[in-house]
Formats: sequence, C-alpha cells, structure tokens
Amino acid sequence: MVTDVVCPFCGTLCDDIDVELEDGKIKNVKHACVIGARKFLGQAHAHRPKPRIVENGEAKEVSIDEAIDRAAEILVEAKKPLLYGWATCTCEAIEKGVALAEEVGGVIDGTTSVCHGPSVLAIQEVGYPTNTLGEVKNRADLVIYWGANPMHAHPRHLSRYSIFPRGYFRERGAQDRELIVVDARKTDTAKLANTFVQVQPGKDYELLSALRTVLNGHDIPDEVAGVRKEDIIKLVDRMKSCQFGILFFGMGLTMTPGKHRNINNAISLVQDLNRYTKFSIMAMRGHFNVTGFGEVLTWTTGFPFAVDLTRGYPRYNPGETAANDVLARGEADAAFIIASDPVAHFPRRSVEHLARIPLIAIVPEETPTTQLADVVIPAAFTGIEVEGTAYRMDRVPIRVRKVVDPPEGVLTDEEILERIHNRVKELKAK
Amino acid sequence: MSIEANLITGRTFTQGATMEEGKGTKAYTKAAAVCEMDPEDMMKIGVKDGDTVKVTSEYGEVVLWARRSSQYPHEGTVFIPLGPWANALLAPGTDSTGMPSFKDVPVTVEKVEDGKVLEAFELVRSIYGGGN
Repeated sequence: MVTDVVCPFCGTLCDDIDVELEDGKIKNVKHACVIGARKFLGQAHAHRPKPRIVENGEAKEVSIDEAIDRAAEILVEAKKPLLYGWATCTCEAIEKGVALAEEVGGVIDGTTSVCHGPSVLAIQEVGYPTNTLGEVKNRADLVIYWGANPMHAHPRHLSRYSIFPRGYFRERGAQDRELIVVDARKTDTAKLANTFVQVQPGKDYELLSALRTVLNGHDIPDEVAGVRKEDIIKLVDRMKSCQFGILFFGMGLTMTPGKHRNINNAISLVQDLNRYTKFSIMAMRGHFNVTGFGEVLTWTTGFPFAVDLTRGYPRYNPGETAANDVLARGEADAAFIIASDPVAHFPRRSVEHLARIPLIAIVPEETPTTQLADVVIPAAFTGIEVEGTAYRMDRVPIRVRKVVDPPEGVLTDEEILERIHNRVKELKAK
Repeated sequence: MSIEANLITGRTFTQGATMEEGKGTKAYTKAAAVCEMDPEDMMKIGVKDGDTVKVTSEYGEVVLWARRSSQYPHEGTVFIPLGPWANALLAPGTDSTGMPSFKDVPVTVEKVEDGKVLEAFELVRSIYGGGN
C-alpha cells in the first residue's frame, strides 16, 4: 500500500489517496473520486502507443531514438512551431519545455488558454484577492460556485475544502456554511445548494453588474438576467453579512460571452464586498498541473501563457499568440503536442490546421491527437509513474508521487524533452 | 422537426472517468457523444432518450444520441460534454482573448432516424482525414 498519493487528474490535487499494489501493479485505489480512481486503475491497461512516424502517408513503428530524431528535425525545419499542452507534466518537465521552445523559436502555450486564460487577463487588469483552500476549509461560512459544477469536474472539492469538512472556525462542517450556486442549468452542484440562482445563458456579466449596483447603493430593474430584483437584493445582503465569503468560478464565466470581462466584474464584486466583510475569489483550475504551467512560464519568460518566442524574446498577446489564434489563422507550421489532446478539445478550424501541418504527439496513450500525428512518442504517466512538482488550483506546490514503474522503454516527459532539445542543438550546429 | 438552441459544452464525471479509460473505448463514446436536452425540448422535436439527433452549427454538424438531462430545467439550452463531437461545432474565433467560445454557440437540433454516431477516432478521421 502506498499512502498519501496525490491524484493527478484535476486541479484539486487530492493528496490523501491510498494505492494498493500487488506484484508491482495497481490493484486498488482508495479515497479517490470516480475519475481519479479510473486514472490510477486505467494505468495498467492503457492503450499505449509504440514510437511511430508517418512517412508518405504510411505509419511505421520506429525506435524511440528515430522518433526523437524526427521530432527534432520537424522543430528545426519549422519557422513558427507551436509547443502546446503541458497540463499533465511536472513543473520540472515544463521548465525543460520552455527551454526547448526558446531554442527552436516557437510559440509556447498551455491548456490555460482554453480554460482560465480569460481569468489571467482579468487578474492582470484588476488583481486577485484570493487565499488558499485551507483558509476556505477553516474559515468560509459562505461559499459561492458561479459557472462551476465541481460535482462533475472537481468531484471532491466540496468534501475536502469548501462545504462538508469541519474547519477550525467551522466546527460543524456543512451546518456552519451556506452554499449558493449561480448557473445556467440546475446542475448536480446546484441541487446541493441552499440557494440556486438560475442565470440566463450568457448573461453573467449583467447579473454581476446588478449585484455591484445594489451593493453600491443604486437601484436596478425589476429583473436582470432572468433573476428577480428582490432575489438579487437578498443575495447582496447575504454576501455582505457573512464572516468569510469565497467565490469559486469556472468555465461558465470564462467561456461565455464577455469572457475576461466577466471575470473582471466578478473580481471587482469581491473587491467591493471587502468594504463590508472578508471576501475572496478563486478560479476552479481544471487540469492537474495547469496552474504549474502558468507559474513556470511566468518565472522563466515573464508571462503566464500564450508566449511567442519566434523573435528570440518573449511576446505575450492572447488573441494573437495563443494556440487557437496561431492555428485558426494558419500561422503555425508545425505542432509539438505534449500531455494534452487538442484534436479532441479544440474547435474544428484549429484541428483542420493541425491535420495539415507536421504534428508531434508526446502522450502516454492513444488519443484523437495521435490519430493525426506524424510522430508519436509514448511518455510515462506523471503522478503515477513519475514524481515531481505540481501546483494545486490555489497555487500551493505539492510533490506528486510515483507509485509504479512505467513499462520498459517508456521515458518520462522530462527525459524526452531533454533528448529532443539535445538533438535540436546538434542539428542546429550542423 | 427541429429546434434552435444554445449549445454549452463542459465536463461530466462520466466523460472524465471514461476518458481516463481511453478515448478509443465505446464507454467514452457513450459518455461524450450525447446531446443532453431539457425534457420540454425533447418533446418539441419528438425524441426520447437514446434516439439520434443531428446538431448543426455554422461550423459543422455531428450526429449524437439524445439524452434526457438530469440537470434541467434549461429549456432552449443543450449540453454536449467536451470532446471531439462537441468541438466539431465550435467557432474558431477567440474574441482577442485566446479562448474560443466553448459555450453559448447557436445550434439547430433535429431528430434523425437511425443516425450513426461515430466513435472518437472514427469521427476524427472522418472530419480531418488520416493526418498527413
């Protein structure tokens, strides 16, 4: 039994997982949510690719060295390669990735740009009055989830940090807390709420503005974004009168019309509330170490995502330099995809361009992206077969553990990146 | 019969769990190749749970299983779990933020008799070809 293992699925990074081993294989997993458990149990029978390259339309199995050589050649030949993914890499591997992006003069971007990229833009504009999840657990008596459905996307968030656990100042757990959910659907999280506020789809900005208007002592129309005036006033009263409030927000704000403006308004609401009480805000960061990608990129290039290094120095201009920008406009002439699956998760036009250009995929298992890739290099599962540093959604770094060895011959992201980088340097020196 | 609807996409725990089993599995297709609908909307186009529907946007179309939403009411809004099916319908623009619009996309949903729902890899190859 390996205890206190960190789950590498979502940004909650639950660090209380017990993994039972038998003959060096994962036999059982305890404490994990349904998704986390499948992640660990899926390791043994994952559909792992062999190293392969596509030549003249034909895929052929090759040695790992040949695949690494071909990947390096593609990167050296490209004028504007996109190096994308990184959410399930360790920070140590991401650091190597940034160095490679700089070496080849590429655009480096992470899954941030399709989850909380707009949140980052808003935070840069108005700041981020935030805290750690430990503070939420110990202090929060009012918890709001806005455009977030953790019962599906972060299944243990409520039980570990926000609603159900007993905290230092919240000794009776859920009985000492109130849950408000704002969403366009009555989600499974909303069903648990003391108050559910159903906002019209795409009207979050209006509702946030109405809350701020009331909070600042002004009148509002009888109904805003499908919510009655009296309900908005009650909501404001509740927010003002709590002892410690926290607003968790998700894709319901970042992906809907307004995008970063929605987040700007939500942060501004929290700032306004701090005139009356202690209130805080936190982005429900989704995928495993997506937060760590932003941290590493920031301390190496100065910017948290969508960094263009083609001119030899970092440029940051989301809308021009993010992955979907350079793909949809057809600018990237090669793609280096690691630890992510943009073919499954990008809009059609971006994927159409990925299918046209040389595509390298470095992933632990077959995905829609490997189906279109010209070079496939299998990698070990980080957090199960590889240890290293990852950041939780509240930017607390946690050492993730290794519980089993990867299959023979399968390298870690870090080893693959280092070897490609060395090969790139050799090719450039020629 | 068809309806105009507002598409939102996002995570479900079955999509997440089956994705971890492998995107080439039938379980993943069953979890993510679905269009979750409000019961009122299902009545309007005469579909029941498990029937096939064609969802069309300005950018593409995809055949999915209709599923009665467990998270209703949300009349006029349909939900497709994130994945290659949902994303085949999305607009390419990012409104100068880097972020495509994964929610609030106008779509048409219509019933199709015995439509074929493609599995993930099949769908990718049918839309984008076999790569280079």
